[in-house]
Amino acid sequence: MEIYLDNSATTRVFPEVADLMKKIMCEDYGNPSSLHRKGISAENQVRYAKETMAKLLKVQEKEIYFTSGGTEADNLAIIGCALANQRRGKHLITTRIEHPAVLQTMQHLEELGFSVTYLPVDGSGRIRLGDLEQAIGPDTILVSIMHTNNEIGSLQPIEEAGRLIKQINPQILFHVDAVQGFGKARIHPKKMNIDLLSISSHKVHGPKGVGVLYVGERVKIQPIAFGGGQQMGLRSGTENVPGYVGMARACEMLYEHFEEDRIRLQELKRYFIQGLLKMEDVQINGLVDGDVSGTGTATHIVSASFLGVRSEVLLHTLEDAGVYVSAGSACSSHKPQPSATLKAVGVDKAVLESTIRFSFSVFTTREEIDYTLQVLYDRIPMLRRFTRR
Amino acid sequence: MFTAFLIKYAEIGIKGKNRYLFEDALIRQIKYALKKCEGKFLIHKTQGRIFIDAESAFDFDEVVDHLKTVFGIAGICPVIVTEDEGFEQLTATVIKYLEDMYRGKEKTFKVQARRTRKNYPKDSLEINRDMGEAILKALPNMKVDVHNPDIMLNIEIREKIYIYSEIIPGPGGMPVGTGGKAMLLLSGGIDSPVAGYMIAKRGVKIDAVYFHAPPYTSDRAKQKVVDLARLVSRYTGPIYLHVINFTDIQMYIYEQCPHEELTIIMRRYMMRIAEHIAKETECLGLITGESIGQVASQTMNSLIATNEVCELPVYRPLIGFDKQEIVEVSEKIGTYETSILPFEDCCTIFVAKHPVTKPNVNVIRRHERNLEEKIEELVKTALETDELIIVE
Repeated sequence: MEIYLDNSATTRVFPEVADLMKKIMCEDYGNPSSLHRKGISAENQVRYAKETMAKLLKVQEKEIYFTSGGTEADNLAIIGCALANQRRGKHLITTRIEHPAVLQTMQHLEELGFSVTYLPVDGSGRIRLGDLEQAIGPDTILVSIMHTNNEIGSLQPIEEAGRLIKQINPQILFHVDAVQGFGKARIHPKKMNIDLLSISSHKVHGPKGVGVLYVGERVKIQPIAFGGGQQMGLRSGTENVPGYVGMARACEMLYEHFEEDRIRLQELKRYFIQGLLKMEDVQINGLVDGDVSGTGTATHIVSASFLGVRSEVLLHTLEDAGVYVSAGSACSSHKPQPSATLKAVGVDKAVLESTIRFSFSVFTTREEIDYTLQVLYDRIPMLRRFTRR
Repeated sequence: MFTAFLIKYAEIGIKGKNRYLFEDALIRQIKYALKKCEGKFLIHKTQGRIFIDAESAFDFDEVVDHLKTVFGIAGICPVIVTEDEGFEQLTATVIKYLEDMYRGKEKTFKVQARRTRKNYPKDSLEINRDMGEAILKALPNMKVDVHNPDIMLNIEIREKIYIYSEIIPGPGGMPVGTGGKAMLLLSGGIDSPVAGYMIAKRGVKIDAVYFHAPPYTSDRAKQKVVDLARLVSRYTGPIYLHVINFTDIQMYIYEQCPHEELTIIMRRYMMRIAEHIAKETECLGLITGESIGQVASQTMNSLIATNEVCELPVYRPLIGFDKQEIVEVSEKIGTYETSILPFEDCCTIFVAKHPVTKPNVNVIRRHERNLEEKIEELVKTALETDELIIVE
């Protein structure tokens, strides 16, 4: 039995995507920059990938840049824009619950002489528009806000933030890290006043090592790595043709059943939360106004704290039963320090240390949820009996 | 320029009639270490010395690094091997060697020739004298000092001629396999790998036992122990690592015995289990990384309590070491960085805030009786589910 509920860490690649990539690696292995036929056929593959991503995001092909993943997309967006626009000002705004790919990048820019405002979040993990409005000043050049939080699944008011920013100063650039949100919620940069959007392939059943940065055509940005001038010089390096195509195909497949999946996952989440709350001393993190239906939060992430049980122990207990989850956020599991997001939403230490993240995908079924709940019902009482006295 | 190594060994020299056993073991260990290096080597024993001849291109630093892991080696001498093409040619080779090695630095030297091929036209004393003269003439920065020279230039006349002057220190000790076998209680910490290293240095082959406690300890913690065993195995050769699932025993103790005594009683069961496996696998002792007073379970009183459950001797090579001294060795042998990876091991998960530091053995024994009902069955199951990992 293998029940994979760690889809915010990474997802299983669609088998069709893997087959397609293998075919490209073995047959269309040319370098898109080569002048011969092999090069042209590889170039066509890249064109297909750009077209597909552009269509799904409702943007132009020339606004799509492939990267090595979400981290690089975030770095390129933030550093590239900060450096290219620093004559207009050196103030940046972000939130306290961003992924390290954004937070660490911001800290790097602080060392380079930029100033950064980190917006706080409320108990449900959302920023307040009033705070954003107050933070924007005459020398603000970039606002970066994540779409969906990776640890608790809170959704930021992206549309409202975009509108507000552009009302105050249309020149301020708006970057959205949509690594967790893309493929789960409809995101259309043009309608939402988003200038830059980061996406990762491996969170949506595509291959690892690929991402996309959407860059609106009027955005002033400069490269952060230099080389052969591929992708209009913004992102040099030989194109990862199978990766780009794999990502595009995976996204295409995801969008074929987008609405059904969204509704099904939302129902699954509601059902799961209900099941969790049948146990004593379980707390769901990131709910909007305590709404246990999960409305207003990501459809695929449930962050739950099981008081009196250490998250790592519960994680291994679930693993033993074939259920794979994360303790907090997988990316932060390498360092044993408490999650920044959970701390920012005001979760106290005991709760923090007993928090598990379950994250679903289109593969997740009702049966898997029932099984997982049963394992929890069976094992939690035993785990609570043996705790540090 | 070097195409051979002369291996100097220390304590083997004094082993009398058993000497060949030690030499053979040393050659075996050298072969094992060199298997991991690029290149082909011929290892041979002649007149009480071990030579390694390179038979193909090799990476000098890599070979030296690997030889430094072979216990029993006191020194590694990189050797120039040359055909016998007359004394004049030999003089030229020696002078070029000295120029390459010492690049005009002020040095004192002494020539020490040895002839195993007696038909060579000059005897040892003549070689010493004539070569010394030639060097003095050719290299103005070199002075002779026969009592305490900076450079002891060795020239050995065999079928071919061997020239060497440098000695790279080896790890010392005795070749693994000459001293029997012992069972190391390996945790994920800093101490136990060092303890294993130190006993292995006395020629002892090492097996190991690790207690894991899923779901309280993770597969990564186990992987860390396997990684540590692999690092130690560079010195000891292959290690048979027994992984024992300790969870049920630990839980049972936790439920039945006073919490402050949990660690001591746990340790007693670990020792019992380790000894059981040790006896079955023909080990002659147990090894732990204990050091007096380091933690509550390592006070002298605690050691009485954990020691009394074993019949085999328990070797505790770190017993008089400070933590810093242990850390230094672990850094030297390359286990430190792995040891400090932050995974819980089964000794820390349920540890009491104030564990007993002066346990009374009689009290411990009495409390252990609370376990009578199920403990034998649990130990039996733990032994039956022993997972053996061969680490090399």
